[in-house]
Amino acid sequence: MLTKPAFGRLRVGVVQFPGSNCDDDCLDVLRRHYEMDASKIWHQETSLPKLDALILPGGFSFGDYLRSGALAARAPIMESIKSFAARGGRILGICNGFQILTESGLLPGALLHNSSQKFICTHTKIKSPQGPVLKIPIAHAEGRFWIDEEGLRRLDDLDLIAYRYCADDGRVSVEVNPNGSVANIAGVYSKDKKILGMMPHPERATDMLMGGSSDGITVLNDFLQRI
Amino acid sequence: MSSIAFPKMTQRVTKPPLINVADKDQLSALLKRHKISTDEFDKILSATGRAPTLAELGVFSAMWSEHCSYKSSRIHLRRFPTKGPKVVVGPGENAGVVELEGDLCVAFKMESHNHPSFIEPYQGAATGVGGILRDVFCMGARPVANLNCLRFGARSHHKTPTLVAGVVKGIGDYGNCVGIPTVGGSVSFDETYNGNCLVNAMTVGLIHKNKIFKGYATGIGNLVVYVGSATGRDGIHGATMASDSFEDTAGASKTTIQVGDPFAEKLLMEATLEVLEKGLVVGIQDMGAAGLTSSSFEMAGRAGNGVYINLDHVPTRSANMTAYEIMLSESQERMLMVIEPGKWTELQGVLKKWQLSHAVIGEVTDTGRMQIDAKGVLEIDLPVAPLTDEAPVYERRMALRRSACDESSPLKKLRERLSSDSGYALDLYKKMIVDVGSKKQIIQQFDRHVGGKTVFDSERGGAAVIWIRSRDTTHKPFLGLAITAGCNERRVKNSPLIGASEAVRDCARAIIAAGGLPIAVTDCLNFGNAEDAEVMREFSDSVDGIAEACQQLGTPVVSGNVSLYNATGATSIFPTPMIGMVGKMDDVRKAVPATVESGQDLLICTITARSAGNSSLAASLAAKNANISPIEGAITAIDWMEEKKSHEAIYSLQKSGYLVAARAAGEGGIGLAAFKMAVNSVRLGASLEILTSDVSEFFGEGATAFLVAIKPENLRAARNIAEQSQVSLKSAATISRLGQLEANRRFGVIKTCFGPISTEDLLASFEAFMPVGTT
Repeated sequence: MLTKPAFGRLRVGVVQFPGSNCDDDCLDVLRRHYEMDASKIWHQETSLPKLDALILPGGFSFGDYLRSGALAARAPIMESIKSFAARGGRILGICNGFQILTESGLLPGALLHNSSQKFICTHTKIKSPQGPVLKIPIAHAEGRFWIDEEGLRRLDDLDLIAYRYCADDGRVSVEVNPNGSVANIAGVYSKDKKILGMMPHPERATDMLMGGSSDGITVLNDFLQRI
Repeated sequence: MSSIAFPKMTQRVTKPPLINVADKDQLSALLKRHKISTDEFDKILSATGRAPTLAELGVFSAMWSEHCSYKSSRIHLRRFPTKGPKVVVGPGENAGVVELEGDLCVAFKMESHNHPSFIEPYQGAATGVGGILRDVFCMGARPVANLNCLRFGARSHHKTPTLVAGVVKGIGDYGNCVGIPTVGGSVSFDETYNGNCLVNAMTVGLIHKNKIFKGYATGIGNLVVYVGSATGRDGIHGATMASDSFEDTAGASKTTIQVGDPFAEKLLMEATLEVLEKGLVVGIQDMGAAGLTSSSFEMAGRAGNGVYINLDHVPTRSANMTAYEIMLSESQERMLMVIEPGKWTELQGVLKKWQLSHAVIGEVTDTGRMQIDAKGVLEIDLPVAPLTDEAPVYERRMALRRSACDESSPLKKLRERLSSDSGYALDLYKKMIVDVGSKKQIIQQFDRHVGGKTVFDSERGGAAVIWIRSRDTTHKPFLGLAITAGCNERRVKNSPLIGASEAVRDCARAIIAAGGLPIAVTDCLNFGNAEDAEVMREFSDSVDGIAEACQQLGTPVVSGNVSLYNATGATSIFPTPMIGMVGKMDDVRKAVPATVESGQDLLICTITARSAGNSSLAASLAAKNANISPIEGAITAIDWMEEKKSHEAIYSLQKSGYLVAARAAGEGGIGLAAFKMAVNSVRLGASLEILTSDVSEFFGEGATAFLVAIKPENLRAARNIAEQSQVSLKSAATISRLGQLEANRRFGVIKTCFGPISTEDLLASFEAFMPVGTT
């Protein structure tokens, strides 16, 4: 695993759409915890600076008045982001960022209204297939991951399900599914595993003072060390 | 300098049409519609020196409305202590500002949106959040926390579920989208609010002392700039509506409701903070209640200047809007800025980046008058002062409520029955727990974590704790805020003077219990019909109660809001002076939670449990099947010496790190506080034992009592520390662990002197307390 200073040399950009509201939170973690010289990228830019990775933060891009992420997926910056992805660039989409990635076709599936039809903000437990149980909060109205059966099979076969909602002991069951996502899916990878989208907010669990969890660091470390 | 497309004066084609004062019937109908009395109309005539235009009458109606002018409350509000070493900006500005550490300050305010929320709960509550956010960020402060205090009618009332669902979704959708965490507040239900719910929203922001902006239209020749959403026909005369009580046909007033757009608010917030940071603006004010009218008149009034505006330049949503409509629209997400002409190009750049409509609509003049043209007609030409500083002030009639305030016999009977009939007492305790209920269904709809600063939120109860976490290194790295808001209206009804004072004390205790030190107060005074002498007496006594408590605790009132006419027909609501308080946390790592999270063995102790007398909550619940008035019975005044000693004790115990959890006993007495403190642990299978057998102590409200959870091995040391504050620490209950958390979990027991309660059913009804509603 890379050490903190090695992470610190990475160049990570955080894309800012009008209505993004977790951009500063993401930047803060990158700067404070990893001591990176991270910067914001405005949605109207048509090119990207030299970068190792991109984060699409949470929020309500363009108010999410159409479908969540639908308008942001058509913003000028998205063309450069797509070429960045095609060149094998690493992208992490969190919450609204995940919605933008599915809307723009960079990740499979779709994010629908929660089965409760209500916004939900709560602490969830998630886990990757081999990893530990992590405590990470969610906050969304449209976070129910949906994909058809064939798509789900493919995700499973190619090991592209990044995180599932689970119980404290790691068991995956309907009772601990907060929003009705297919197969308790909380996050997925692109086919080449270079793009990760997830509904839980790792940046909101990066210090024990923030709701008693710093497990978000495990998620971010995992993402950064794949660069 | 680039040329500014702004014709100073249009060619005035016709003279404005004046109201025909000779037609008495028409005039009286017009005045009634504008809620202007004949005395007030005489004042208007002497201010104008002629008959007013319709637009001018509308402006007077809005500016002299209770909502904007505080005409019934102003003489009382003067009694608040508003000064102190930490006060940077006191009442009268968009928000109050107090010093936190060095140059770092906190800006905060609470405001009501009761009437709109009752008519249209979703939009009413959403725009309430929008309005208070703008009040804070237009000063240059970045909002870091929202709170809300909600009061609904009885759970069984047919309107309650719809109101709850709409209000909660409205608050959530707005605050979540703008990206400000909703971290605290209070919710309760009582039939007094059946016809008039309360929605009070509070915003807290951070600001630097030398970057505080105010609403002054200074500098003759400076430009008046309109920024934000276009003006529509929504919310016309909202301020006047909010100054009226509901008739039985309240549904008819929907056109006075504003519609919120949180995305526009987010853009407006970012743009405003950016232009203020860059110093592009001389004065700024939100177009809130009474929209363009109040913002322009108030900014001119504060600076002692005049303002000229040409309404043809105001961005509008519909064609052919009249001057009357444009001036009185309460369309949301708009700001009025005053800038030096040289800053226009740079300002435009920022506003374009954030995709906000903007236009130069006028300039600052030296006339002392507000002159407003529309389509070539000088529709408004009024001196500024009569509408602002010289607005009418009334000393309303006051009378003491007729009901006896002594220890009434039904209440005595209740206490006797509680002492002698343990089955009855136990039943009442269960009812209390279910009635207060878990607020999970509400708070889960609020994003409580955005911003990454939330240490404690409403999930735990008690005060919210925010970690400042700025990149600014001039303050302590773990500096934080403790924030809380609420009021026990049944206590205020019982005794306005003491109940209101208790509301301030309760906020201070919540902050102390979390490990903070109270700094200052905002308020939102929700009362009934101002022309009811008993209501005004309640108001006046409440002001005195708040003033005394703020004096005693050294927490000045720095901002606030008054909402009168919360009444339906002849019935006024219980007096509800909501208090919001901000405190300082030196080190958020030492913040103390209000709940015990795990099933560890702990002692629950009380600190200075002075016997507390009656319980308004118990009485209110008992009243449902016995003949007891829920508001009767005397309550005793706060012993401030005792109170301050207990604050000291808690503060030193927190400093020494012995407190696993701390909570002040309030509504429902020690019995309910112990349950709330332990509920999470009980849910995990722990049992809770409450040893006291004194019903006054168990149920009684108003006692100077904190509950603390400490490890058994620390009891002796904690007792020594508490004794240094001359406070007796008395062991009252223990929590002991009962097994592990398993899927097939075992439920614990609550043991009281009245008998044991099995928690399985109790927890289910505790959590399912919310009425289910549809929006």
